[in-house]
Amino acid sequence: MSKTTLIDTTRRDDLSIDASAVNSKEARALYKKRSPIHPKLAHGTFRNLKWAAMVVLLAIYYVTPWLRWDRGDGRPDQAVLIDFEGRRFYFFFIELWPQEVYFFAGLMILAAFGIFLSSALFGRVWCGYACPQTVWTDLYIHVERWIEGDRNERMRLEKTPMSASKAGKKLAKHTLWLLIAAATGGAWVFYFGDAPTLFSNIFTGQAGTPVYLFVGLLTFTTYILAGSMREQVCTYMCPWPRIQAAMIDKDALSVTYRVDRGEPRGPHKRGESWEGRGDCIDCRQCVAVCPQGIDIRDGDQLECINCALCVDACDEVMHKVGRPMGLIAYDSYANLERRKLGRGTSYRLLRPRTILYGTLMAAIAVLLAYGLATRSSFELNVIRDRSPPYVRLADGSVRNDYVFKVINMSALERRVSIEVSGLQGARLHATGIAGSGPVVTEARADGVTTLRLHVTVPPGIEAGTHALRFTARDLSLGDETGSASAFLAGANP
Amino acid sequence: MANSERDEATGMQTTGHEWDGLRELDTPLPRWWLIVFYTSIVAAVIYWVLMPAWPLMNGYTRGVLNWSDRRNVAAEVQALQSARAPMFARLAEASAEGIAADPELQQFAIAAGQSAFGDNCATCHGAGGGGAPGFPVLADNVWIWGGTLADIEQTIRVGVRSSHPEARFSQMPAFGRDGLLSPRQIGDTTEYVISISMARARLTPDRAAAARGGVIYQEQCASCHGGEGAGDRLIGAPSLNDDLWLYGGSRAEIRRQVEQGRGGVMPSWEARFDAGTLRSLAYYVHEMGGGEPDAAPAPLTPPQ
Ligand code: SF4
Ligand code: SF4
Repeated sequence: MSKTTLIDTTRRDDLSIDASAVNSKEARALYKKRSPIHPKLAHGTFRNLKWAAMVVLLAIYYVTPWLRWDRGDGRPDQAVLIDFEGRRFYFFFIELWPQEVYFFAGLMILAAFGIFLSSALFGRVWCGYACPQTVWTDLYIHVERWIEGDRNERMRLEKTPMSASKAGKKLAKHTLWLLIAAATGGAWVFYFGDAPTLFSNIFTGQAGTPVYLFVGLLTFTTYILAGSMREQVCTYMCPWPRIQAAMIDKDALSVTYRVDRGEPRGPHKRGESWEGRGDCIDCRQCVAVCPQGIDIRDGDQLECINCALCVDACDEVMHKVGRPMGLIAYDSYANLERRKLGRGTSYRLLRPRTILYGTLMAAIAVLLAYGLATRSSFELNVIRDRSPPYVRLADGSVRNDYVFKVINMSALERRVSIEVSGLQGARLHATGIAGSGPVVTEARADGVTTLRLHVTVPPGIEAGTHALRFTARDLSLGDETGSASAFLAGANP
Repeated sequence: MANSERDEATGMQTTGHEWDGLRELDTPLPRWWLIVFYTSIVAAVIYWVLMPAWPLMNGYTRGVLNWSDRRNVAAEVQALQSARAPMFARLAEASAEGIAADPELQQFAIAAGQSAFGDNCATCHGAGGGGAPGFPVLADNVWIWGGTLADIEQTIRVGVRSSHPEARFSQMPAFGRDGLLSPRQIGDTTEYVISISMARARLTPDRAAAARGGVIYQEQCASCHGGEGAGDRLIGAPSLNDDLWLYGGSRAEIRRQVEQGRGGVMPSWEARFDAGTLRSLAYYVHEMGGGEPDAAPAPLTPPQ
């Protein structure tokens, strides 16, 4: 605005905006209909950070299924693939089997501690920058802004009666939103099947019902959650804001209005002294940019996702009125208290809880890496038949039966010999075969080979449980794996 | 009704009720909650129309979708059966070696056999073929009527002492009950049977009695059970030279068998099962551990 406007420019109306926090405690009754929020575009460090986070995260989400990774003949060449039918999870050079879900459990725990740690350090950074709800809502708001204009234009459009141009804008916006939603649902299913094949199948109507169902479901949820529910997801549906309270302590940094510096607030005239008053000129720019519809000056609030857009907004204002930046900034509750007592600001990032979270994360990461590095591609599982517990044979010898599962996780078939050891006279053999010595079998590539074998011990074995051990050896590679088991013999009839 | 009034602290109206000085705020329900509530009511009404819902005097409202879980299950069972049919057909044609050579067929045979065995045979023969007194153990390598796949399948098909015209049939005389032998002779025969069986190690037969019993054995028993007690599978005469006893291995139980000549009945399963299921059942029993190869049966005589 220029100085020639008719209103009293010395009152800094050029900086003020008429914004009310629609989700402030007073304004938001439970039974009230949602009041739409029209966040204004912010400019500054944190807005740029959010741009960067959005681009990187969306790129990861949409592009990952298209990355290729050569695994040899007849095996999927998709770098990241959750193959439910084949019961495998492929991640670049890693291939996990269903029984290895503990790697996922480990990753989940790691992620949980990661979000604890980030919260203890910087508050809800996850919510502010990385949460899909935030990222997609942000994207939708940008689409909206692109088509309908920034805050003021959007609010004006809202009030005008329906016209051809208004309808056109709305139609364009919703169409774009739906397209994004469909792309989001589409990308989701690509993680569960070969992306290029699935892509063409979807358009030729050849993909299975579940594919269309999931694309439809995710299209719907994306459109609804990012298009019309937005901040309500964070406030009413998401459990994280509740858990948040336990994760954040007095020293955790979160977006804070520095009351000690800002109050008493009030309009400021150009050239007026800053003596005896706070730095907040009550211009409400921080309210206008907030995507959650709150006023950060009301203090820490459940609704605040710590996106720091109000920081950018206020910094811009402070710059214009010539006051230091950071009236709203990442700050801690402890600092507010400290300054009240006349002590300076200090940041304590190293605290028992952050050290604990960090150590636990490191420990879990090391454990996972160790597990992955020492993971064997060859395993023998032995299940002893329990019914009957043992069988007495014609010559007085005793037989126990075992089901062997030879797990071969490698891409090549193995020729495996299985031996029994640790029990005097024990003989391993297949049904109807009298031979003794190791049993040789083919263990199919990338699969489990099941066979039922018997161990027979000559007459005279003592009644009771005897320990024995089975060893499987790859005849060409020479690697070995084994499993301990038991042999049961009963008393004479 | 007492008067509704405005509450100072919250600015909310009260319900107007008062109980011993306690009043209640008339806080409206959250909008989202009401939406969910009314939607549920509407959904319930739609459900009544579409699905079976209300009980009537005889029967119930069936709903316009005419949904029936019973019918759906029947259809699923039918679909499963027709999906399995080709495997059963292949199985009915396969030999023991043929099944063993085809891992897919083998897995199918064992699974199908195990399921049929559990539903029909395990009651008497025990889960896994562990047997019970009077009901033969199937997991061991002693067979009364033969242990090749074909033998086992035949036994399952026609049964033992069943009403099937080709039923496997054997009858041991009740030497005691029918007065064919005197109690003393029966005692002697029992001692002899113990002396030729592997039970001699734990039951220590009376030498003199066993010598007398030997003469009776050769006259009365050897024609079926064999001179050395090896038994005869062709006529279903059990072997006596091992230490496995269908009716118990104590001295008294062996004696009782000579007296009573008991023999159990196994039904014929031919009418109940199709050829594929019979083959799977036979294969499952064969693979319990005692099955014998089709070609050359394993020698029956245990090492002395
Ligand atoms: S905190 Fe900053 S942006 Fe908000 S009203 Fe005060 S001066 Fe304006
Ligand atoms: S108050 Fe500030 S940090 Fe919190 S959600 Fe609003 S703009 Fe973001």
